[in-house]
Amino acid sequence: MASVALTHLDPASRAAARGWSDLTIRNVFIIPTLAFLIVFNIFPLIYSLGYSFTNFAANRSDPWQFVGLQNYRELLSDDHIWSNFVITAKYVIVSVAGQMIVGFGLALLLNRSFPMKGLITTLLLLPMMMSAAVVGLFWQLLYSPSWGPINYVFGLGDFAWLSNPDSALYAVAITDIWMWSPFVMLLSLAGLSAVPQHLYEAAAIDRAGWWYTFTRITLPLVSPILLIALIFRTMEAFKTFDIAYTMTTQPTAELIAIRLYKQAFQQWDTGKSCALAYIVLIMVLAITNLYVKYLNKVKER
Amino acid sequence: MTQIELRGIEKFFGAVQVIHNLNLAIADNEFIVLLGQSGCGKTTTLRAIAGLETIDQGDILIDGKPVQHLKAADRDIAMVFQSFSLYPHMTVFENIAFPLRATRMGSDEVDKSVREVARVLRITDLLGKKPSALSGGDMQRVAIGRALVRRPKAMLMDEPIGALDAKLREEMRAEIKRLHIKQGSTTIYVTHDQIEAMSLADRIVIMHEGFIQQVGTPDEVYSHPANLFVAQFVGSPVMNVADASVAEAASAATVTIGDAPAGFEFPRELLSKLNGHAANGGLTLGIRPEGVLVRRDAAPGYVPVEAHIIEPLGSFDVVDLKVGSKMLRARTKAGYVAGPGEKVHVRIDPEQAHFFDTASGKSLGVRL
Repeated sequence: MASVALTHLDPASRAAARGWSDLTIRNVFIIPTLAFLIVFNIFPLIYSLGYSFTNFAANRSDPWQFVGLQNYRELLSDDHIWSNFVITAKYVIVSVAGQMIVGFGLALLLNRSFPMKGLITTLLLLPMMMSAAVVGLFWQLLYSPSWGPINYVFGLGDFAWLSNPDSALYAVAITDIWMWSPFVMLLSLAGLSAVPQHLYEAAAIDRAGWWYTFTRITLPLVSPILLIALIFRTMEAFKTFDIAYTMTTQPTAELIAIRLYKQAFQQWDTGKSCALAYIVLIMVLAITNLYVKYLNKVKER
Repeated sequence: MTQIELRGIEKFFGAVQVIHNLNLAIADNEFIVLLGQSGCGKTTTLRAIAGLETIDQGDILIDGKPVQHLKAADRDIAMVFQSFSLYPHMTVFENIAFPLRATRMGSDEVDKSVREVARVLRITDLLGKKPSALSGGDMQRVAIGRALVRRPKAMLMDEPIGALDAKLREEMRAEIKRLHIKQGSTTIYVTHDQIEAMSLADRIVIMHEGFIQQVGTPDEVYSHPANLFVAQFVGSPVMNVADASVAEAASAATVTIGDAPAGFEFPRELLSKLNGHAANGGLTLGIRPEGVLVRRDAAPGYVPVEAHIIEPLGSFDVVDLKVGSKMLRARTKAGYVAGPGEKVHVRIDPEQAHFFDTASGKSLGVRL
């Protein structure tokens, strides 16, 4: 790529009369942003990579030692960590699949004109605008075995959603689906409304039925934006901490982020936690990369 | 074998009536062109026949069966859209195959039909390409191929070549005509371009503000326009139209345009044919530029006038002649009138003159 040198504006030019030159914009916006990113993102990232090779503990002043790959070796051979990963995988699959189905379904329903469409769309978007911790606390009340409305409505007696080891993870996933389906809905709606109406007319003339039109025209044309929703939601679900942490203490619902939190701030095993954080980061990057590769393939079509 | 009949169609968009009591019978294999300005209701009529638009009143019959309550898919009609409406994510082959696959045709048969249509349209080498890689003309060929492939009862075309440039339009016009002669299916074609209409149609339906103005062969609408709208809409350069008065002279009738000092000589029988209509004063003369005869030298029956503007069009010139306060456009041989301001002599060919009632715009049907 050719580099473009920044030059001072000709003071007589129209750009100068209109406002700021490229140099001013660089000094006012770009340099502070870069400085902020370096100090608060890139520096800690590199620093924690260094910690991950040590036995450093943040709550002790003992001198720490360089331990090489020992943290990684221990983590990767720890069955507990692997079970955390399996729990997280289950959670990601259930919650993201649920969000995609519910969100895209809602978008299909909303993708037509009807009275009060704007109001209904806005109301449906509310869950994702709430604080996750608050959502977790409210759903804890909704799931309450003795007087929670969910058991009452479905006639489940005193089923203990959150303290039953078999159901706790799925109860959290349902909450996550409730909270984040609107996000998928919003992106899907944008995708659906970008499909030109005349293609549907052409398909109707070509005698395509509803299902044929949906699978051959709607889905292929919406799939790039659906994939973007999928990438976002997978990344987020993989990192889920707040909802699960506020809702349940069941070990069967201990996601990798909760494991990491406990290791870092309850056991104060800082070095090892940094190593675990890096393992999670690499996994998320790998999954995202797979999606992005596929997305590019879809876009080429 | 497909006849289409429209009976008493009325269509409203909100409070606005866009189609008024439209009646039309289309014969098997006929090429019908709906011609009119934008907003005249021609596209709405076409979409109503296709089933993309509902109608508020009347019947649409295909082969005698009312179809106005059927969905587009159940009418077995193909349509070519102005925007082409190709499926952007499919190859040309998949686009043409779409209507066949949508009805679950076997893949061998699909392959055969698509290749046959591609051969007819000369797009075989494009079958593997995406629509985005095609030129406008090729996109339209693919769109026509998608319509032809299923051998529909009727073909509807909504300004199919309106988005192409002039040269390509001419090429595609010829190609559409060639295809229609070859395939012979009932076709309804919508356009605002009267040249397209004249060159393609078996019969032209001229519409204006939701009303049919005239239905007829290209020759009929050109030579016998039913009213002033048709007279001025069909034909290029546009027909001259002017208020006129008729007076009796020694052995002839004279027709005077507006406040011109001299009148044009017409046969005496004009008076009896007009049957006193001239006396009311509401008479309009229509004469196509080729019916305005121009001479350089004086001759009996010719009126001296002055040339005003000359538009050289290559094969002929269009000359504006000042007659009183009116302009009369004449079609002359290229270069016949040297320049503006030149004095020439002009006569109106009575056989090519049309007379209209000024108030209603209707043709009086007077031909000499």
